[in-house]
Formats: sequence, C-alpha cells, structure tokens
Amino acid sequence: MINVEEREGSAEPSPERPFLSIENLFVSFNTEDGVVRAIDGVSLSLERGRTLAVVGESGSGKSVTAQAIMGLVRSMGGHVSGEIWLDGQELNGLQPEEVQALRGSEMAMIFQDPMSSLHPFYRVGDQIVEAILAHRKIGKAAARKETLEMLKHVGIPAAERRIDAYPHQLSGGMRQRVMIGMALINSPQLLIADEPTTALDVTVQAQILELISTLKEEFGTTVILITHDLGIVADVADDVAVMYGGRLVEVGQTSTIYEAPEMPYTLGLLSSIPRMDRELPKRLDPIRGNPPSPINLPPGCVFQPRCNYSDRVANGACLSVRPELLPTAPGHLVRCHLPAEERQQISADVRRILAGAQR
Amino acid sequence: MAGYIVRRTLGMVVLLVLLTLAVFVLFSLMPADPARLTCGKACSPQIIENNRHRLELDIPPVEQYQRFVSGIFFGRTYLADTKRPLECEAPCLGYSFLRNQEVLDLITKAAPVTFWLAIGGFVTWMTVGLVFGIVAALKRGRWQDRTVMGIALVGYSLPSFFIGLVLYFFVILFLHLLPNPQWKAGMPFKDLGGFVQTMLLPWITIATLNAAFYMRLTRNQVLEVFGEDYVRTARAKGLKERTVVVKHALRAGLTPIVTAAGLDLAYLLGGAIITENIFNLPGLGSLAIGSVIASDLPLISGITLIAATLIIVANLVVDLLYAVVDPRVRVG
Amino acid sequence: MTAAPHEILRVTDLRTYFPVRSRGLLPRVIGQVKAVDGVSLSLDSGETLGLVGESGSGKTTAARSILRLIKPTGGQIELEGVQIANLSQAALRPIRRKAQMIFQDPYNALNPRHTVGGIISAPFRIQGVEPPGGVKAAVQELMERVGLNPEHYNRYPNEFSGGQRQRIGVARAIALRPKLIVCDEPVSALDVSIQAQILNLLKDLQEEFGLAYLFVAHDLAVVRQISHRVAVMYLGHIVETATRPVMYSAPLHPYTHSLLSAVPVPDPRIQQTRERIMLQGDVPSPIDPPSGCVFRTRCFQAQERCAVEVPPLIEVVPEHKVACHFPITVDEVAARARAGKIEVPEAEEQMTGSVSGPHFVEPGPPHA
Repeated sequence: MINVEEREGSAEPSPERPFLSIENLFVSFNTEDGVVRAIDGVSLSLERGRTLAVVGESGSGKSVTAQAIMGLVRSMGGHVSGEIWLDGQELNGLQPEEVQALRGSEMAMIFQDPMSSLHPFYRVGDQIVEAILAHRKIGKAAARKETLEMLKHVGIPAAERRIDAYPHQLSGGMRQRVMIGMALINSPQLLIADEPTTALDVTVQAQILELISTLKEEFGTTVILITHDLGIVADVADDVAVMYGGRLVEVGQTSTIYEAPEMPYTLGLLSSIPRMDRELPKRLDPIRGNPPSPINLPPGCVFQPRCNYSDRVANGACLSVRPELLPTAPGHLVRCHLPAEERQQISADVRRILAGAQR
Repeated sequence: MAGYIVRRTLGMVVLLVLLTLAVFVLFSLMPADPARLTCGKACSPQIIENNRHRLELDIPPVEQYQRFVSGIFFGRTYLADTKRPLECEAPCLGYSFLRNQEVLDLITKAAPVTFWLAIGGFVTWMTVGLVFGIVAALKRGRWQDRTVMGIALVGYSLPSFFIGLVLYFFVILFLHLLPNPQWKAGMPFKDLGGFVQTMLLPWITIATLNAAFYMRLTRNQVLEVFGEDYVRTARAKGLKERTVVVKHALRAGLTPIVTAAGLDLAYLLGGAIITENIFNLPGLGSLAIGSVIASDLPLISGITLIAATLIIVANLVVDLLYAVVDPRVRVG
Repeated sequence: MTAAPHEILRVTDLRTYFPVRSRGLLPRVIGQVKAVDGVSLSLDSGETLGLVGESGSGKTTAARSILRLIKPTGGQIELEGVQIANLSQAALRPIRRKAQMIFQDPYNALNPRHTVGGIISAPFRIQGVEPPGGVKAAVQELMERVGLNPEHYNRYPNEFSGGQRQRIGVARAIALRPKLIVCDEPVSALDVSIQAQILNLLKDLQEEFGLAYLFVAHDLAVVRQISHRVAVMYLGHIVETATRPVMYSAPLHPYTHSLLSAVPVPDPRIQQTRERIMLQGDVPSPIDPPSGCVFRTRCFQAQERCAVEVPPLIEVVPEHKVACHFPITVDEVAARARAGKIEVPEAEEQMTGSVSGPHFVEPGPPHA
C-alpha cells in the first residue's frame, strides 16, 4: 500500500512512519541556461518489502528522485530541499559522511549501463570486495569468499573464474548481474534500480528482471524501479508512481494504474505504446507535442500544453492554477483539475477504444 | 607480450632506417656544397677535392649510407687510403671533421646538459600542471578554477623564447638575482649550487608552456572522469569521497595524461633548441642547430638517430605502460 | 498516387565479414567476424519489412550493407532491377537518391553547425536536383509535411527536441522521393509518447508515396505496429521470416518463440500469469559462433544434429520460412510449458574478449 500526503512543515518522527517517506522534495540545478527544476515538490511513501515503479519519460525527474534518495545529487552540483525518511531516519539533513555510510549498506543502487557503471581498470571481484570493506570490518579473504558466494547467487556461471575478470571480458547481462551482486552484498533494505535493463537485449532483460524479483523475495528488500517501459512495470511492480515535469501526476497500485488510470497523461502513455497483447490498431494514438523544458515549466498544470481535455475545465484553471495530488480512491492519487467523474468517464472511453483496437 | 615487443622493435628498426635514409637523401639534395663550406679563404679546387674525399662525398650516396650503418655496428676507418687514417670504433655514429671529434663524443658530452634540463623541466611542469589541474577540476566554477585557468591561458599564450628572454633580462641582467648561466662538466654531481642556479630559469622557461597545457588537459580529463558512470557507482557503494576521487576518478583520468607526458619528455630529451640557445647551454639542441647551420652531415645524422630512437622507444614504453594500467588494452 | 506494388529490393545471399586483426605495428588478419552470413530478402513498394534481432544479430550491418554504406563481402543487391553490390562509389551516386536512410540517434545524425534548411536541402545539392519552385519552397513543404514549423527553416538542430530532430531526419530522407528507406532503430532513442508520433508519420508517408521500408529494430512491439512482413535475425542469419500476423501468432522457430515470450506485456494481469520461455545467458560472440545452428547453445529444442548441420531457411508454408531442424508450433510450446518440459540449456562458459584472444571492439590507447 502506498500513501501520499501533502504535509505542511516538518513532521515529527513517529513509529507509524512508513519505511520510506519523501516529503516535499525539491531538486534544482543551476545551469548556464537557467535554473533546472528537476524535481518540483514530490511527496510519497513506500511500505517495506514492496516494489515501486517510478514511470516517466526523459526529463520527468524519475532518475533525479532516485539520486536524491541516495544522496548523490549534491555531488552532481544540485540543490536539494525537503525530507527523505528511510527506516525512521531523515537523510537530507545528515552530514555527507553519514549519508555515505548508509549508501551501499542501507540503500543501494544499480544503473542503466552496466558497462560504463563498472570501473574498467579493476577486476569485478575486487570492486565488490571494495563495497564490503567500505562498510564492514572483515578480512580481505572473508570478503572475497562472500563475493564469490554472491556471484554464484546472482547466476554467474564459473564464478570462480569470473571473479577475477575485468568488466570488458563479461557480456552485458553478466555485467548487470555483477552490479546487482555488488548492490546486494551488504544486504541493503532499499534497492533502487534505475532503468536496469534498458541497455540489455530483451531475452537478457527477462533474466535480469526475474533475478531482481527472486532476490527481492529472498532478501526482503524494498525495491524502487525506475523505468520508461510500461511492460516492465506490469511485470514486477506492486505500486506505480507516474512522473511528469518533475512532479508526481498519478500514484496507485499497479492494477489500478493499468485498469483505472485517471490522469490524462497516464492514459496518453498507455495509448501511445504499441503492444503485442491487443489487436493491432491502424494508427497509434500518441500524446501530441513535446515534453516541457525543465527550465521553463508551465505555470499551471505541467501537462496542460499536451492535454486533450484541459478545455473541459472551467476558467482555464489548467493554465494558471497548479493542481494538487489528491486521492480519488483509497491509495489512488491523481493530479488533475478535471472532476473525478469526468476523469473516470474519459478513462473508460479511452480504455474501451484501446481494448477494441481494431481499425 | 614478448612477441609484441619483438615485433615492435623490428618495426622500430625499420623506422630508424627510413629516417636516417631520409636525412641522407635530403642532405645530398642540398644546394650548398659541404666540401666548399669547410674550405677557408684560401680555397683552391685541390683543397675542395681533398675535402670532398675526407668527407667521403666522392663516393655514391648509397655507399655513404652503408658505411654509416656498418660504422654503428663494426666501427669504421676514415681516410684509410691516406697516411693519417682516422679510427672510429663501434658504435661509431660518424666523425665530424668540422669539429674534429667523433659524433658520439660530441653527443655524450652534450647529452647530460639536455638530460638535466629536460628532467627538471618535466618534473616542474608535471607537478604544477597536475596539482593545479586537479584543484581546478575539484573546485570547478569557483575562484580557484578561474584563477588557474586564467594563469594557464597566459602561460599558454607566451612563446618560450619570449619567456626565456624576459627571465634572462630581468632576473640575470637587470636584477642580478642569479649569475650568468654557466654549465660546467661534471654537473650536477660537482657544484650542485651552481647547477641549480644555472638550470633554474631554463627549467621555468621549459615548464611554463607545458604546465599551462597540462593544467588544462588535467582539468578537462578529471572533469570528464567525474561524469563517468563508474564514479557514480563508487559513490553509490558508499566509498569515502577521498577513495572515490583518488582510486576511481583520478587513476582513470590521469592515465592518458601521464602517458602523453612520456612522449613529451622523450621529445624534450632530443634537445630543447630555443631554451638551450637563450641560456647558452651546450646541450643537444645547441649541438643540433650548430650542426645544421654548418651542414655537418655526420653530426646531423647522429643526432637525428639518437633523438628518433628516444621518441620511438618512449612510444613503445608508453604503449606498454598503458596496457599495464588499463586492462582493456592488451598487447599481443 | 501509389502505383501497383512492384519489387524494389532483392537481396540474395548477402555476406558481410569483418576481419579480426591482431594489434601492433604490423597487424595480421587472424580471423573473421561473419556479421551477416547469407541473408536473402525482398521488398515491394509500399511495403515494410521489419528486421528484428538482438545485439550481434547483424541486423544493422545488413541494413548498411544493403545501402552500400559498408562494402559487402559477397552476394547480390538488386535495387529496382540494378545490381549495386559491386558498383563503384561513383557509379552508386545517381542510385543513392532511390534509397535513403533514417538513423537511430537524432542527436548525432544531424550536423549541429548546419541549419535545418541546410540539412534538409542537402540531398538536392548533392544530387544536383533543382525542385520546381526552388529549394527553399521544397524544403518548407517537406518540413510542413513531417510536422515541423516551416518558419523554423533557419534554426539549428540543438533548438529542437529529440522527436523534432527525428522529423528533420525523416524530411531529409524523403526529400528526393526515394523508393526505399532503410530505418535503423528510428524510434528506439525516443520517449514513448514521441515514438508513436514518428511511427504514425512513417506510416502516413508510406501510404502517400508508396515507400518501401526496411525497418531495423529490436523492439518487437514497434516492429509489429509498422511491418507487413518480419524477418528475425540471430548471429548473422535470418532464422525465420513470415508475414506479420503469422510471425506474431504462429511462429515456428524456437528463437522467435523465446523472443516473443521475453517481451513484457503492459498488462499486469496477463504479464504476471503467462508462461514464458526464459533463455539463459547472452547471445554468443559473433567472433566465435557455435557450429551448426547458431542458436543451438540457447535452444530448448536443440539436439545432436543441430551441432553438426546448419539448418537451411526453408519455406514450410507459402510466405513462411524457417531455418530450424525442429520447428515447433505455438500450441506445442504451450503444451510443453504446461507440462514443465521446456528445458533451456545452461548459460555457456564463454568470456568475451579473453585476455589472450583477438581484439575486435576494445578501444586502443591514444598513442597506439
């Protein structure tokens, strides 16, 4: 179950606080072209053991959200405000050394391109050993033994040999297995996977997703999966958060997002993608226009310039008033000015067309 | 690896043969007649003819080259048909009749000057270039970065003859802070103080341009590496920032710089013509320029061979070093 | 506007091999990568042939060889009846206007120093064509046609988004009214909402001009959306080719089954319950492909025969060819999956780019 509240001010730590809770997160970068508002007020929370998919297109802020949780934004020159609570501890106010101690132990991350994410000069085994020794006081031999076990665990054949291989000697799938092993070596509570299969072939993608799911069950890890692929979301996620223009625009359980989405952007995404499980439409029904520039976000609803339904809202509110992320059903939140009944009607219409897709 | 070195060495020999051949060909195409140049005021056709014979210019160029090569391995005898033959033992790089000395002796005498000049300059510019380049990268966009880049721009725009002359005039002639540079045989082991006083300004002259270049190169390399995904991974692992910077970012970022520096050093060891001339240092650069002005073919050939060998060997060493540091590069 | 369909392209036994060289001053050829190894296909006007495969399948090399951007090692390429496989670059030039290409990366495919007008009008200049009404009018018409604002004629590529840049690429490709456009992963770098726009645009242009598309992609859902026929490649070979409906509903090659099964369906109820064939490991290195059938090391149908005998591409039913000794139907796969009898071979113990092995893709040192 996922729940989101728009909070005022800072909240007291309470025993009921969910495992992960992000409150009023803002991230901005100063660039030569102006201030990039990468994340513009994100609040969400996640229960332990769940898999949350953060979905969005490039520039939606989904990757920056992950990097903000990991405390990596500052080293990239970004400015962060808001609160990030992980397992009862607020991260954004911590000293850099304190966050560093949590990175790789309490929370770990895997990235899109496993080739460039592994250091080309060091053997893969040594890179994992390094991750162990950064957080635990054990001997090198013990760390190496543990590394070997982990490599076997993530399905690397002939791990005894491959532990001494350099990254370029492994295939893309093997490299991503190494990355996963490295991320899980200190049994983190939270695993963030940022487009973990985008650089991989589809048959390898299936293996990696399966591996993440299996290990998640085994280690009881909470997972945040960042992706643009709605097929992957359907495959592994329990909850979905849809991001657009640095904001969350729709949040809910996976079944809700696919079966009763209400935000026009989510509907647009679902009707944009060509899919193999439906009759072939003669034409796809894309979202018109282009994503907004993060330097110059629209003042009202960020999706308004591309929305087919904003003229149905009175007084042009979509142009001027920023909509709030509000619950429409238990655990289902939508950021849209349209009245709930109207949204549900539009959603039903779109889904009927999609289901009946023939010509 | 061994096979690779053998193949590279063979290639090296081929390259050196072609290079010395080119020197011979260019020399034989030269409009001036060396036999006439070595002839004094009271010149007669007979003297020119004698000179020509002494310089072995009366034999076909192909044979001249053959004698040059065989001299390197077996030594050679000049003026064998006269009463006073000149014995030049292997390895013989030739005999300079203009200076009445064996080329190898001339080079051996000049080499230490150039060696210490190059090493000192190299250490200076690498230290300055790396340290300031790294600082600029770590403080990107702040005042430290801007200052370093400003200095680099100035250093980069000053030609070394200008820097050398300015230093010479101000520090030595005007302010008398240092004595006139005077290289003595046996330096630096004898008279270390005099050695430093002599070499200080030449080092600075050589280092300025290179330091400016390496500051910019280092800064850009380090910044590029900081943007690499594997540096992000190192942070995500929870490594200390120091480890991230030194072990993950700098090692990858500086590797190409250090190897490029090896080549620059080899180039410099072949002689720093301008700097040596300004500060009156009797190094390989001065020797080379003198030999060219005097059309002293044996000396030109000898210096070319030595300088080229240095650069080619440095190239090989740099490639091997690179393969040691970066496992993606394997020779074989 | 569209004439009756006729054959535009016929490729027969296309082979493109790359030499593998040892490193060093005197490199020797120590092997060959058979990137494309005996590919035959044909394409009619107004038709799209989807060429799908994973990395190392040779689909992109095949596409580029067909346009002679890479010199093929052997085979025939017939473009509107003209043999072009062995033509010199000079003789190719007038033929190039018949066949154009759209590239994957809209960021790198456009010269950032040229204006959009300059980029789209380049084909006119290169081919010495003066369109009626002048170049500028023709370019602006093209811009309008692909959904760009003609007033942006003088802007530079960096002022456009990814989707708009791909539209520029499309406008450039159709400028000379080619017969064939080779599309190399034209939407894989784009966001999903933009992908659909470009796919629709390509479809509209095909109907309007009777274009033939050779559509190279790894995304099976995208290929299904745009293709009339589909060819599946694996390690340099076409392993199956069929009309779109047959390929997606009644494939016969075990690799096609695995590929279709690996694509996640954007519907949690279907996706989380359907039976899937999970291949092990990665595509083997094309430097050292398996003997016999190249897919046998990952195939759930593999038997001893597959290791020794290369399966020929055979037409099993009209318009449906399979290169497999043991083709299998959808129903048979489903039955075996229910019985738990799909056994995929374990991942191979292959290491790529072994320490002592030949060097093919690794970057060299800067001073090599």
